[in-house]
Amino acid sequence: MLNHAEASEKFIADAERTDWHDETLWFVREKRDKASKVLPEWEALREHASLIKDHTLANLHDYLVAFEAKAQANGIKVHWAADAAEHNAIVHGIIAAQGTQVLVKSKSMLTEECHLNDYLANKGIEVIDTDLGERIVQFRNEAPSHIVLPAIHLKKEDVGETFHQHLGTPKGNKDPQFLTEAARQHLRGHFLASEVAITGVNFAVAETGEFVVCTNEGNADMGAHLAKVHIACMGIEKIIPKRDDLAVFLRLLARSATGQLITTYSSHFHKPREGQEMHIVLLDNGRTRQLADPKYKNSLKCIRCAACFNTCPVYRRSGGHSYHQPVAGPIGSILAPNFDKKANADLPFASTLCGSCSNVCPVKINIHEQLWFWRQDLMAEGLAPAGKTIGMKLMAFTLAHPVIYRLGGSLMRRFSGVLNSRLNPWYKQREMPVAPKASFQEWYKNR
Amino acid sequence: MRVALFVPCYIDQFYPQVAVASLELLEKLGCEVVVPKDQTCCGQPMANSGFASSTAGCDANFTNNFEGFDYIVGPSGSCVLHLKEHHPSEKIRNSVYEICEFLTDVLRITSLNAKFPHRIGLHQSCHGQRGLRLSSMSERNEKPFSKLEDLLGLVEGVEILKPERADECCGFGGTFCVTEEAVSVKMGQDRIKEHDANAVEYIVGADTSCLMHMEGILRRQGSKVQVKHIVEILNHA
Repeated sequence: MLNHAEASEKFIADAERTDWHDETLWFVREKRDKASKVLPEWEALREHASLIKDHTLANLHDYLVAFEAKAQANGIKVHWAADAAEHNAIVHGIIAAQGTQVLVKSKSMLTEECHLNDYLANKGIEVIDTDLGERIVQFRNEAPSHIVLPAIHLKKEDVGETFHQHLGTPKGNKDPQFLTEAARQHLRGHFLASEVAITGVNFAVAETGEFVVCTNEGNADMGAHLAKVHIACMGIEKIIPKRDDLAVFLRLLARSATGQLITTYSSHFHKPREGQEMHIVLLDNGRTRQLADPKYKNSLKCIRCAACFNTCPVYRRSGGHSYHQPVAGPIGSILAPNFDKKANADLPFASTLCGSCSNVCPVKINIHEQLWFWRQDLMAEGLAPAGKTIGMKLMAFTLAHPVIYRLGGSLMRRFSGVLNSRLNPWYKQREMPVAPKASFQEWYKNR
Repeated sequence: MRVALFVPCYIDQFYPQVAVASLELLEKLGCEVVVPKDQTCCGQPMANSGFASSTAGCDANFTNNFEGFDYIVGPSGSCVLHLKEHHPSEKIRNSVYEICEFLTDVLRITSLNAKFPHRIGLHQSCHGQRGLRLSSMSERNEKPFSKLEDLLGLVEGVEILKPERADECCGFGGTFCVTEEAVSVKMGQDRIKEHDANAVEYIVGADTSCLMHMEGILRRQGSKVQVKHIVEILNHA
């Protein structure tokens, strides 16, 4: 597997596509700016949302138990999963009881996190992702590259070719309207036939036992309303105390994500309709571990809007797949090490710490500070690339001893020519600064 | 007013003219400037690379050089932010200022005898802007302000031009500039493209590290555009 730097270099090699990717996502960031700046109370809303989430995380146990009781009273079956394996087994058990072979699923990053599709495929069950972007990447056997815009790494020509191969659309047709209609016809058959529908969850309300699913395509509703069995999968951090709180979060979510005022569909699932089964699976999968660490706890406030992706100058130029994780971007880089430190030790370094992410975040997660904390923790665990630890210790020693620093500086300036070498990554595409004869301190001594 | 001039290591070694301009400017404005002679570095290169645990010696050296001063002033937003956020001594954390904020917030200067009749592109360094709040940021819904522009407004003849994305990162990012070389350079090239669109003569900012990165790209491109630290403009008679 390529690390972030290697995968980015490959991505950037196609400069034209990189520019297109950067400009497309910057356009989304600008839409977000406009939508947020028409609200004089925007910063107060962010603060309010952040406080609601802080309060909820501080009382997570109580709210989860309250939600379970209300949901059960509403007739929803509630399941608890400690990890991805348990989650997948629970979902499979429900599907197997129906004898279903093919089912529909709307967007759920949580099921990506659990690799549910692969798990079910191994059991002979096919999952049809019904979000348009997700269906496109599913056809291509790729992972989503963005949590809100899963196929943002692809151009319409790529989608045309994919649909030609999988849906039999005419070769060379890249008309978005035409291709969308082809997908719509293709998905409609699956909506009508599917007896089981899986959805994600954006918010679960402890006060009422209902959950809310936000989509722009209505695909979650089409699946859930037609199927005999609805399975909703959520991380335990998606809980909010009251229905009123939605007035804060729904206003922030779509504005932050795409610059829309609100998602096209914000559907409340309160209880199963007559004859329907409704299940909700509540997953931990490392979230309580994150909750227990004060440095990283508030990463659980995330509402998955992806504003931090769109604003991130690194993400825009490296693409989602360079993060080799279901959730890419700045938020992914602070969530991923909690799952696997060694495999994701590169991600907290895939940032200039510019801080733009923390300032667009609608729930005020201090993302860039958590990136810094992860850097410390990962290096303390010995996960530095070869040579880095020795280099850093040498630098720290030099800078702690003024005499050695001055000697080293003077040698470096005198022999700076050796740095003009292909072995120096700086020099690959940049000139080295011209070394002056005297350092400032040398000049100052003779002033 | 007695002020200790903090000269970050790479400015000392590679950009002495920035330290000279800082010294001269502060003296012109009536400060008694002391340059502690055994200063080296703020410790940020190690800390941002995940080795904050190795900066004790560097931190102690900084304390030894600077703890006797109520005003420690440095021409680098990034180094100053690091000290404010991470230096173990509370006295140091509370006494350190980036030079622009020192001029606007402590000295509160309202005039300067400076002249620089050129088109300059303003580069917002992230740590100065978002970290030290030297100016408002495009992410927030807030009243626009800019300490850098307030200061440049005191310079005769200067024409300030802003890139289309007014506060996007240049991609320097400390050791990021070599560990993520491809993204770093691409980010820098994209910044420069926007400044080129404004036909600027100079790219000006309050962080020499960003400028060093962009200068490296400009020179490789054979560009005539030069970089200058803002103190070089403010000190330009």
